[in-house]
Formats: sequence, structure tokens, C-alpha cells
Amino acid sequence: MIAETRSKPAGRSPLQTAAPAKPLPGVEPGSVTLTVNGQAKTIQIAPWTTLLDALREYMNLTGTKKGCDHGQCGACTVLVDGKRINACLTLAVMHDDHAITTIEGLASPDGGLHPVQQAFIDHDAFQCGYCTPGQICSAVGMLHEGHAKNKADVREGMSGNICRCGAYPHIVDAVLEVINKAEKQP
Amino acid sequence: MTYIGQPVKRVDGRDKVTGKAKYAAEFNVPDLTYGYVISGTIAKGKITRIDSSKALALPGVLTVFTHENRPHTAWFDMSYKDQDAPPGSPFRPLHDAKIKYSGQPVALVVAETFELARYAASLVEVSYDEETHETDLEAHLSEGREPSIGMATLIKPLPPKPRGDADAAMAQAPVSIKAHHVHGPQHHNPMEMFGTTVVYEGEKKGKPYFTIYDKTQGAPNSQLYVKQIFGLSLDQVRVISPYVGGGFGSGLRPQYQLFLAVMAAKELKRSVRVTLTRQQMFTFGHRPQTVQDVELGAAADGTITALKHGAIAATSQFEDYTEVVVNWSGMLYDVPDATLEYKLKSLDLYSPLDMRAPGGVTGDHAIETAMDALAYELNMDPVELRLKNYSEKDWTEDDKPFSSKELRECFRQGAERFGWASRNPEPRATKRGDVLVGWGMATGIWDASRMFARAEALLTVNGKLRVSSATADIGTGTYTIMTQIAADTMGMPIEDVIFRLGDTDMPMAPIQGGSWTASTVGSAVKQVCEDLKKTLFKLARKSSQSPFHNADFKEVIFRNGQMALRENPSIAMSLTDIVSLNGGRAVSETSTSMPNPLELKKYSRHTHSAAFVEVEVDEDLGTVTVTRAVSAIAAGKILNPRTARSQIIGGMVWGISHALQEDSKMDHRYGRFMNHNLAEYHMPVCADIHDLDVIFVEEHDEIVNPLGAKGIGEIGLVAMPAAIANAVFHATGKRIYDLPITIDRVLY
Repeated sequence: MIAETRSKPAGRSPLQTAAPAKPLPGVEPGSVTLTVNGQAKTIQIAPWTTLLDALREYMNLTGTKKGCDHGQCGACTVLVDGKRINACLTLAVMHDDHAITTIEGLASPDGGLHPVQQAFIDHDAFQCGYCTPGQICSAVGMLHEGHAKNKADVREGMSGNICRCGAYPHIVDAVLEVINKAEKQP
Repeated sequence: MTYIGQPVKRVDGRDKVTGKAKYAAEFNVPDLTYGYVISGTIAKGKITRIDSSKALALPGVLTVFTHENRPHTAWFDMSYKDQDAPPGSPFRPLHDAKIKYSGQPVALVVAETFELARYAASLVEVSYDEETHETDLEAHLSEGREPSIGMATLIKPLPPKPRGDADAAMAQAPVSIKAHHVHGPQHHNPMEMFGTTVVYEGEKKGKPYFTIYDKTQGAPNSQLYVKQIFGLSLDQVRVISPYVGGGFGSGLRPQYQLFLAVMAAKELKRSVRVTLTRQQMFTFGHRPQTVQDVELGAAADGTITALKHGAIAATSQFEDYTEVVVNWSGMLYDVPDATLEYKLKSLDLYSPLDMRAPGGVTGDHAIETAMDALAYELNMDPVELRLKNYSEKDWTEDDKPFSSKELRECFRQGAERFGWASRNPEPRATKRGDVLVGWGMATGIWDASRMFARAEALLTVNGKLRVSSATADIGTGTYTIMTQIAADTMGMPIEDVIFRLGDTDMPMAPIQGGSWTASTVGSAVKQVCEDLKKTLFKLARKSSQSPFHNADFKEVIFRNGQMALRENPSIAMSLTDIVSLNGGRAVSETSTSMPNPLELKKYSRHTHSAAFVEVEVDEDLGTVTVTRAVSAIAAGKILNPRTARSQIIGGMVWGISHALQEDSKMDHRYGRFMNHNLAEYHMPVCADIHDLDVIFVEEHDEIVNPLGAKGIGEIGLVAMPAAIANAVFHATGKRIYDLPITIDRVLY
């Protein structure tokens, strides 16, 4: 193959390399303790780190997804004290006294799935799976809100979460099934 | 025990609903560094100066790569060509000072944290010498030229030579229609943004080794690209991609974050992650803007006598990206006098890139709305007109017969499910409260291709089957259907079978695109399992005590995890017992599955569909809502009706999006896409999608592959935009030729 022949970047300046890491003046990483899925963990982060990046890059909780980083797609939806929020639109340091639940914390410790998780599998309510954790957290948050009773409510209430694969009809079926089952219980 | 054809639940479902499924930017390793891409701000010109000093002064910033200091890479274009490269000279990130399109990457900042890299990127100053750019196709419609020929045009043929004299036939036709369509560009926008994590594995004998987690529709495609550009050997580069957060074509070519992340990791001898922003997702590859002209001429009885379909599409200044846009008209309608034309115009844009049903959805909208207009001119039902002109052979491919074509059944079953018979054809005649209601239909067509692939099957000492192939599952259900095929072929319970993919250590498979994976990799999986059965049989009959010692392979069957004599099933051996004869080692086979091109070439191989759509149009607000739709699909054997239905539903949602919402809006003063975010680039959400129904029409095809299955990734989309546009006409009496049919186009 021809890959052996290389272009010579003639006359180009050598690679500039910066000094070894030192704390940034004025914006030193600080220590924040976050309680996620019932476990408290202290991490060192810059104050402008979003909750989303804190989860994914500092706590290895990559189940929460980044789809736009602008609060436009809903892939990063997590539950903060039971309420659904976009983790990309909030800073981690604002949540040191909150209980955060991510997709990793929805199933019971023995591995039993949350009813919404099971309904998503049963109805094939996803394809690539990337928006799925956000969809599921959003559905759980919507159930907590208690307003969604029928198909139209679910369509409206789940419209903050984009699914590019277009699984919407199956997402609605899955969430409706959970609502209907919950209503039948005394 | 038969799994093929059953609605088996996704085998990767649990991983996806619990957050365990890991995507390219989620493989966290110690001492990972982060790259942040700086995008250029002009559409054409030169970089005159890049000042990185403020960024470099920040502690924790490792370096800033620009065209002035980037490391050596391969010299010749050939090294940059990937499996989906169009003819031309592929884009090279940070190659020189030249700016070829707006949003071009001009620098990569690498720092110890993501937050720092992003901040440092804001401190880098870039100056330009700007030149006049051209990005507006509509201003250059007379400048179309023939596309260059290359590898890509082999699978995407250019139009056939004109047939008869279309102009003369058109002049003589008692009934004719004419239409001009403008389709805007679109971006794939998979939910997962492009990202690559390059793990620097250190050096062995002076050679660096890399494990690369890449967002790609084909790990081997990324591997070869990296190997050639950076002068590495294949064993130095392992690419892994177990889950892909949507592709839709965007991952058919390695994107620039892969190049940048590998370059940085190699140079810094560190692990590096580069993830693009959503804005940067609009800076590589898109469905090209395409302008089409269609003319149809017909006899009074509806027989089409003349067809002209021409298209001009935008491409970049450096590659001739082409699509099959106009040929479909010829495949659908066997018109004696026909001219099909396809031209390109180079503009100061990035090269377009295959996006779900590339060309098909574009051309189908033009021909199938023309058919609707013709039906109105003839005072004929649109389904009847299509039946009248139903093609039994494909004149665009030398009059070959179709390997199978159950399109008539699609029309019949689709119309029945939808209730088409009760349609009042009169436009503007149906109201529901204050809104107008319209019903429209269209035909769809897509390829049923098959490529070459390899697969491995390994039976462990515990009697578990592990099958692998370096293909991808971009949400299509590959993991699940391959597990079904392997379990059925081996006669094993599905719980004992694992299928793995997306790793260049596995046998080679092509990029996942063109609706060919089920056909291609499915055939390879079936083949390797057949070969493994033969190996197991030989092992079982070796010993003179074996009950199979005198048996022939034809006399045994594999079922319930056992091999048994067909005539006397009580003589049986479990697969676990057979493996135990191999001296404590697993038994494995690797096979190549190759289509027979001479045999396949005798036929035109396609999927077909009929879409029936109801819309509500609110003329006060200009809004269009698809209230219900039925798609009847003829795609051979359906391997898994559950995942297949999801694929078709997804395609239909894409059709609604294509017809009513999606449009990458360019400001030609800057040559830049303006709506480069998910709030302004409109795609459907839950509230936009109502009742969608799918019918799989029975279709037998022994030509396409040993499974009889055709791919279904694209066919669900193809017919929808035309059916929606036709329904809008039926509702309003107004033909809207351009897409998307947005509020402004309905109102004015």
C-alpha cells in the first residue's frame, strides 16, 4: 500500500506542548459530593461541569446520554428528587443535596427491571437504544407527575424526548401499558 | 424449534434499557485526555493565522493541533478512501490552510479534561483570507455535468441510455403532466453525536498499539482508514463498536473525529476522546439538495407512453457523490419512450453522504406525485393507474425479470386495511370539523442487495454457540436476527446462542448500509453454522464405536441441541458430547459467504411497498398532520416481525419527517447551515406521530439469498413523502411540489 509514502510538513512549526497540569487560577476543581442511585460519591470537578458530564466522565455512569448538550433532545433526562430534568442544563455543584436517579438506578438491586424498562423491551420501544435511558427516565418522571391518563397525554408528555429511530408508537404503547396496569391496582 | 419468522424480543434489549449498552464515547479508561474540535467560520478561502498561545498557557492543556503542526499522514488520496468513498479526493482534516466548506475543522485542542478543552478552544484565534463561495444549487441549474465514474457508481448505477424518443411521444400523448421539485438538504442527526475513544495501549518493539472505540456503521472500514493514513499495520489498530446510537448512513464513512483522535493519541502517546458537538454534526455529510423535473404522457386509457425524469444534485468541490434518483421511475413503469438523466454541480460544501434511502426517497417523491397528478388528469383511481402500468420487468437493467415482486398484493392489502375503496376522489371535499381531510397513496421501491461477508461459529466445551462477524447493529436488530438464524441452523435453543459484532478481531463484514445486512451477514451466519455442523458430524463419526460411524452427513439432523439420525431419532448425541471428543477444546469454523454474481445478475432484485396516508390540513394555520398511515411491504421472508415492524415504523416516521419537517436551511451569504441544532432542525416528536400500521405481504424469493429475506432498512421510508404530498393535494386541491411541506408552503 501507498501508506508508506508520507507527506512532509515542510517548514511547519514543531508541536507546541504546554506545561504540566496545575490548578487553573480562580477556577480550581472543587470537591462535590453527589448522591446518585442511593450512593454518595465525592468527585473533583471544575465548577462549570454539567451534571451530565459529571455523571458520564467523572462517575462512569454512562447510561445517561448526551445527544445535544443544549436541552433540546432529552437524551440526558435523569430524576432529581423524583422530578425529570435535563442533566445537560444544570451544573453538578447545584445538586449536592439532592437524590439523583439515573437509568442505572431504576432496576431493583436484585436485577428486577422497573415496569417501564420491561414494557420498553416488550413493546420494542427502541432501536439503537441511545435515547432510551432518557425516554425511560422521562416516562418514570411523567408517571410521578400523575397527569398522563391516555394516549394523547402520553404523546404530549413524552414530547421532550427525541427518538431519531422513530419508535414513538411503541414508546406510547409501552408507557400506556404501565399506566393502565397501575390504575388496575387498588 | 424455529426462531426465524418469530417475534423474538431484542437480545440486546436488557442492556439498552438498563444503561449497560456502551457507545463509542463511553469507554472510560484511566488518564484519558479530551480533544475539542474548533470549526472554521468561512465557506471558502485560506487560514492566514492561528494563535493558540492563550489556550496553551492554560495548565492542563496538552497541545493544539492545526494544519501548521499536524503530524505526517499518508500522501496519496487512495489511502484516505473508505468503503463508501465517492470518486474524487477525500477530505483531509487539518491538511493545509485551505478552507473548502463552512464548519471545516481547523484545530483540535487536547486537554486533561473535557471542560478545559472546551474552554481552551474558545481562546484560540483564527484569521482567514476569505474568497467568494458558491453554495446555491438553484442559482446554477444550467451548469449540471455528468458525474465521474468510480467504485461507488458500481453499486449506484448511473441512469440507463434513453429509450425511444420521449420528446416525440410526449408531444403526441393526449394527456400529460409536468412538475418541478426542489428538495432541500438534510442531515442524518443520529441521537449519538460522533465520537471516538482511542485507547493508547503503549508500544511493543517500538510500534504503538491502539484500541479504538468508534461510532461507525462498519468497524473494518474505520480500521483500514486509520491503518492507511497513519502508516500502521492492521494488528496495531483494533476498532470496536458494539453499539451505535443511530447511523442512517452517517457512519458509512469514517468521520473527522476519528482522524483527529487517532492523530492526537499517536502523537501524544495518550488515550484521547474526541466527541463532536451537535452543531458539528452539521459539518460533514448530508442528503444533497436535489432539483428534479418530471414529465409523464399517457393514452386516454391510462397507459403511460412517455416518461422524462431528470435530476441535478449538489456535490462538493472534491468528490462526486452520486445517488440513484431517477432510475426508480424506469423500474416502476415500463414506458416505451423514456429519458432518465442525472447531473451534478460542484459547490463549496462538504461531500454529501448516503442518508436513509439515498436518492430513492428523493426520486420516488417526484415520480409518485407525478403519477397522482396524472391519475387526476385521466380521472382514474391512483391505484388503478399504477396497476395499469405495472412493470413485469426492469428495462433500466436490460429488461431483466424481478426476482420476486408482490407489489400487487401490497396495493390490495394496503388499500383494504386503509379503507381506500370509500375514498371520494374530489379534492377539498372531505372535512372533519374545521380541517380538511385528504387521502393519498404511493408506491415505494428499494434494492435487495447482497454483498460478501465472513462469520465465525464456535461451539464451547459447555455446548454454547458463539457466532461473530464484524458487522454492526445500528438499531436494526442485527444482534437478534443473527442469533435466530444461528439457533435455527444449528438446531439449538436460542438461550444457548450468542451473536457478537462490531470488532475488527472478528471476521470481515461490509459496512451496514443499503439494506443489505440481513441478506449478507445472515447468509454468512447460516453458512458458517452449516459448516460447523459438518465439522461436528466428522468429529462424532470418527470413533469406530460411534453410532454415526457409518452414517452420511445427509442422514443426520440437528435439533434440540442434539445431532440425530433422521430415520431413527433415538440414535442421538448432544452437541456437548460431540465437543467433548475434541480433547477439551471448543470446535470452531470460519466461513466466507459469497453471492453468485452471475446468477444474481440475471434478475432485478428489489423490495416494494405501497403507502396509504390520511392527513388533516388546517388551512387557517397551515399545519399538516398525518393522522394515520398504512404501509404494505413486500420484502421476502420477514426474519423477525417484531424488529421488522419497528424498522418500518421508523421508516414511516422518517417519511413524515421528510415530507413535513426536515430541512437544513443554508444562508448562502455565509454558505453555512443556519438551523444546526435539534430545536431548529425539525424532526418529529411523540406528539407528531399518530396511528401507523404495517403489513408484511407474503413474498417468496429463492434468488436474493439462501434465507429468502430482503433488507428493510429503507423501504418503509421511500413511499411515504409522495403519499403524504398526494394526501395534501386531495385535502386542499393544491399541489405543493417542494419538500418539506411547511406552513408557509401550505398558506401561500
